[in-house]
Amino acid sequence: MTADAGTLVAAAASLRGESLWRAAAGRFAANRAAMAGVLILVLITAFAFIAPLVSPHEMETNDWERIQIAPTAEQAHWFGTDANGRDLFVRVAAGARVSLAIGLITTLVAVLIGVLYGAVAGYVGGRTDQVMMRIVDVLYALPLFFAIIILVTVFGRNIFLVFLAIGAVEWLTIARIVRGQTLAAKQTEYVEAARSLGAPATRIILRHIVPNVVGPVIVFSTLLVPTVILVESFLSFLGLGVQEPQTSWGLLISQGTAALDSAPWLLVIPASFLAATMFAFNFIGDGLRDALDPRDEA
Amino acid sequence: MSAAPPILSVRDLSVRFATRRGSVEAVRGVSFEVAAGRSLGLVGESGSGKSQTCYAIMGLMPGNATVGGSARLEGEQLVGATRARLDALRGRRMGLVFQDPMTALTPHMTVGAQLCEILAYHEGAGSAEARRRALEIMERVRITDPERRFEMYPFELSGGMRQRIVIATALVLRPALLIADEPTTALDVTVQAEVLRTFRAVVEHTGTSLVLVTHDLGVVAGACDEVAVMYAGRIVERAATADLFHAPAHPYTRALLACRPRLDDPPVARLRTIEGQPPSLAGREDDGCAFAPRCGFAQAACHSQRPALLTRRAADGTTREVACHLDAPP
Repeated sequence: MTADAGTLVAAAASLRGESLWRAAAGRFAANRAAMAGVLILVLITAFAFIAPLVSPHEMETNDWERIQIAPTAEQAHWFGTDANGRDLFVRVAAGARVSLAIGLITTLVAVLIGVLYGAVAGYVGGRTDQVMMRIVDVLYALPLFFAIIILVTVFGRNIFLVFLAIGAVEWLTIARIVRGQTLAAKQTEYVEAARSLGAPATRIILRHIVPNVVGPVIVFSTLLVPTVILVESFLSFLGLGVQEPQTSWGLLISQGTAALDSAPWLLVIPASFLAATMFAFNFIGDGLRDALDPRDEA
Repeated sequence: MSAAPPILSVRDLSVRFATRRGSVEAVRGVSFEVAAGRSLGLVGESGSGKSQTCYAIMGLMPGNATVGGSARLEGEQLVGATRARLDALRGRRMGLVFQDPMTALTPHMTVGAQLCEILAYHEGAGSAEARRRALEIMERVRITDPERRFEMYPFELSGGMRQRIVIATALVLRPALLIADEPTTALDVTVQAEVLRTFRAVVEHTGTSLVLVTHDLGVVAGACDEVAVMYAGRIVERAATADLFHAPAHPYTRALLACRPRLDDPPVARLRTIEGQPPSLAGREDDGCAFAPRCGFAQAACHSQRPALLTRRAADGTTREVACHLDAPP
């Protein structure tokens, strides 16, 4: 049923003379799991920004009367309060903003660096390629957390450092993907044709190669966003990431685990948000992969 | 032959590839020229060096290739020219049409955008100006309804239509020289004829010189003023198209022409072939004529001495270049 609808949408698109991207968008829209993922993300994002407006509480205000109470409608502590009497509802929303921002911004940075680096290495080739990719290999060999922990201890704890550190590691895979795709694209006649028409190298890379290799990158980066969120959560869990009074899902989960016996909701609620986001991004990634590669359509 | 200087003058061009198993000499001293508005067909079997000759002229060689000799476009030396200079010449003074129109266009850009892009980066044309000229060239290569096709992606066009677009991209800057590498091989026969007609019309209208590479003698007969037959990296015969078809002088040319299937062949007739295999282009070359092992008329001299490409005057006054020890067509 879903596949049929996708085929129809794609067929209709090509009849109207529309682009490959439109056809892909049609197939994506027909994928229920992916659309559910989009819906979840929209809801979580909306929650992140609307919650503070709805709730009467501030994320840093302590309600000394009600410390670590379970979720209740009383006093509008819908998600309960933590060990310091702070309202979890607004804190989860604040954590969502930080976690999503880290996920998206870091992924964007990683994609930009990775795509350009990989495309240049693949297109130029030869010794340049060898040197550039050996650098990637060396960086790859460094354990991720080891590298981040060193960065954080040397430069102090800072939210931008977290962006930077995760992004600096995650672009490596993208560079490898893009380099491989570029090597293949370089052999195609349309790149040769562009060269035969005197197009300069930068133009060929940006106009003829990159747009043709972004498909796998888009898929990979939707799967990268949850990875980054998870890494940040882990760093925060270790106490190396986001710092009080700022919060993130990772930090909330970390604090929640400490009170697991007495106040399980402190762990369960932020962890559920994190898990839902992971699922959503993974569904979207899968949907994009299917949509961008119509050959898989059975 | 005429007084006007040639658009393209190739002298002793050679192409050598360094491979893991030693060097391969794909092109071994090729010389020809193409005058303004004239067309030359380069004919030969696979591996005869005809395509490599063209890529060497365009400067589109992989890193393991060494190009020797000289190729001058409107007097300017192309062999050894800088990358930047070649970029400036490619597209503007010389264009290349590829074999497979299915793959020679960038898939994610509309054909209009691809045409406009060329105008933008070579001549800095504004978008309205670029669009006007792109539509003009599309009309010139006989694309019907260019306004609509302008917005289409390559995958939405038929093979023949795409090849016209490829021709349009090579011609949009009005180059002096157009090189076409087997431009009709990937098309079926009826489309082939139409695309060839388009070539002819464009060449006549714009005065562009044409080098047409093909293994199909029928294509040459329909589209070229002159033909050069290549064998094992060398030109073995060069003549006006009519003369070559009427009275081929080199035994290889004769054999090629004899291999063409004819409509009046009996239906069960086997296709004729030339016995043997073309020689390997790897390693050192033998001393004799490359075709001698397969030639029915080979004599002792053919195996020991390589014949030079010499001009011959026939009894009817026509001239041609032939590389063969045999004086007259046997």
